[in-house]
Amino acid sequence: MNSIQKNRLKDQLFKIWGIACTLFGLVLLTVFIGDILIDGIRRIDWAFITDLPSRKAEKSGIYTALMGSIWILILTTIISFPIGVAAGVYLEEYSKKNRLSALLEINISNLAGVPSIIYGLLGLEVFVRIMSLGASVLAGALTLSLLILPIIIVATREAIKAVPKSIRDASYALGASKWQTIWNQVLPASGGGILTGVILALSRAVGETAPLIVVGALAYVPFAPSNPMDEFSVLPIQIFNWISRPQHGFIENAAAAIIILLLITFVMNGIAVYFRNKWQKKWK
Amino acid sequence: MKKIVFIISLAIVAISCGEKKEKKATTETAVLEGTIKVDGSSTVFPITEAVAEEFRTAQPNVKVTIGVSGTGGGFKKFSRGETNLSNASRPIKDKEKAACAENNINYLELEVAYDGLAVLINPENDWVDNFTVEELKKIWEPAAQGVIMKWNQIRPEWPNEEIHLFGPGVASGTYDYFTEAIVGKSGSSRGDFTASEDDHVLVQGIAGDKYSLGFFGLAYYAENKDKLTLIGVNNGEEVVKPTLETVSNGTYRPLSRPLFIYVNSTSVKSAEVVEFVNFYIDNAAELAEDVGYIPLPSELYTKQKENFKAFVESNK
Repeated sequence: MNSIQKNRLKDQLFKIWGIACTLFGLVLLTVFIGDILIDGIRRIDWAFITDLPSRKAEKSGIYTALMGSIWILILTTIISFPIGVAAGVYLEEYSKKNRLSALLEINISNLAGVPSIIYGLLGLEVFVRIMSLGASVLAGALTLSLLILPIIIVATREAIKAVPKSIRDASYALGASKWQTIWNQVLPASGGGILTGVILALSRAVGETAPLIVVGALAYVPFAPSNPMDEFSVLPIQIFNWISRPQHGFIENAAAAIIILLLITFVMNGIAVYFRNKWQKKWK
Repeated sequence: MKKIVFIISLAIVAISCGEKKEKKATTETAVLEGTIKVDGSSTVFPITEAVAEEFRTAQPNVKVTIGVSGTGGGFKKFSRGETNLSNASRPIKDKEKAACAENNINYLELEVAYDGLAVLINPENDWVDNFTVEELKKIWEPAAQGVIMKWNQIRPEWPNEEIHLFGPGVASGTYDYFTEAIVGKSGSSRGDFTASEDDHVLVQGIAGDKYSLGFFGLAYYAENKDKLTLIGVNNGEEVVKPTLETVSNGTYRPLSRPLFIYVNSTSVKSAEVVEFVNFYIDNAAELAEDVGYIPLPSELYTKQKENFKAFVESNK
């Protein structure tokens, strides 16, 4: 075997290894989803969506938990989207490259890696106790906003970085101010990337359990929240609660609720992919 | 951008249109309104949830919310006056009593049901018939770690095979309670056993291993009778297996415990809390059994009801 053949062989081996690595996660995910579908798909019907929790597994529904999750999702979007994008724009467009901004950057990257339960403790102390919001949807949404802000900021910065310099230069050449350039050129051009980041961050938020349990989200609420100060439950807490019950029927319920939660995140990711593709076409 | 906002708001409208169904009250008692906040033990949660569910039919305008902060977390909120009722899988501790006294919270303890702990082995295990409390202690105490490793170290006639132990995670109330009852000190046991917060994992573990031994809540055994063998515990006088009867009449000891709710004196000034607690005691027997726990003897429920009545009277 000469060295060319050897190198080709190495190339082939690496390719196979690469394929195996790619499939590893996918295969496990398929097995998991298959298992969940077998357990839970028969349980899903309209009553499952609209019923309240019950001690009888077959009469239980996810109405209040689902509504809680939707409330959390909307409030978190309203809070984190403007703050995250504004912070990203500031760091990328305005802040000077000095020690302070370097420090800010390092800290924001680090925040993205802090365990979510720590954010829960922060939320409990600041929002629930000091700002006395109580265990409300608003306190939960603020906590989750903190949790996903670093992700949104990083995504916004990456998206803005990808905007070609020529677009900015053209804008300035036509006499536009910095703000006009950002608002009319940079933000629309990076919109796809920003939205993708925001939606992916939100789909992480919708699956969080630990910070919300710490903040004081409930396991049983017989009503859907009607304003931001109401108490609430969310789907992951309902799932967790059902999984720890001995009766087999609750395991099926948990599987069914997992399917609903997965659907929500898949749909959100789908929207993210859609916008990314749409914007990319527009700017090429 | 506008499109997303539109899609999201459309989704909200669509979902919020599906108004939740509410049943009409058909009771002769006055229609009450208000909110009742309950928090505390996740062990007691299923009973309180069942009661709250039934109470919805009786009093649809009273909103009962239940959290699962754990017995300790629940008492923390209870002692700050943040909750009306607290679920507890153990009696209140002195420290928690002091916290309540500090905030002028007077309370009443009510027993609502019993929980039994089951000791289990694999169905293929044909040598074990019962355990004494001392034997269980010998197996589980901290000194057993790395020492008591084989079945024949417990009784010489048992096989010379490794013993594989399974138990709930050390953060659970079930673990606290087992170690307190068997080892004598809450939270103290050997560390080399397979621990899981998910009792289904313990069921799988014991069901798949001939030389296994484990413990967990009786309700989990009831759901897995075909996969596991329940072992009786010798309390010094006789060998008793946990059943509805033996747990309820107290002969299955020391592995059965009462479950409690605590109510504070300010809360019983509101009619809806009084109504809810009375409803709780009246229905606890049936509902506790529904969710896998064991009812108190009926005379004890009568006693709880009398205690509560006196408590309400004295706080009017």
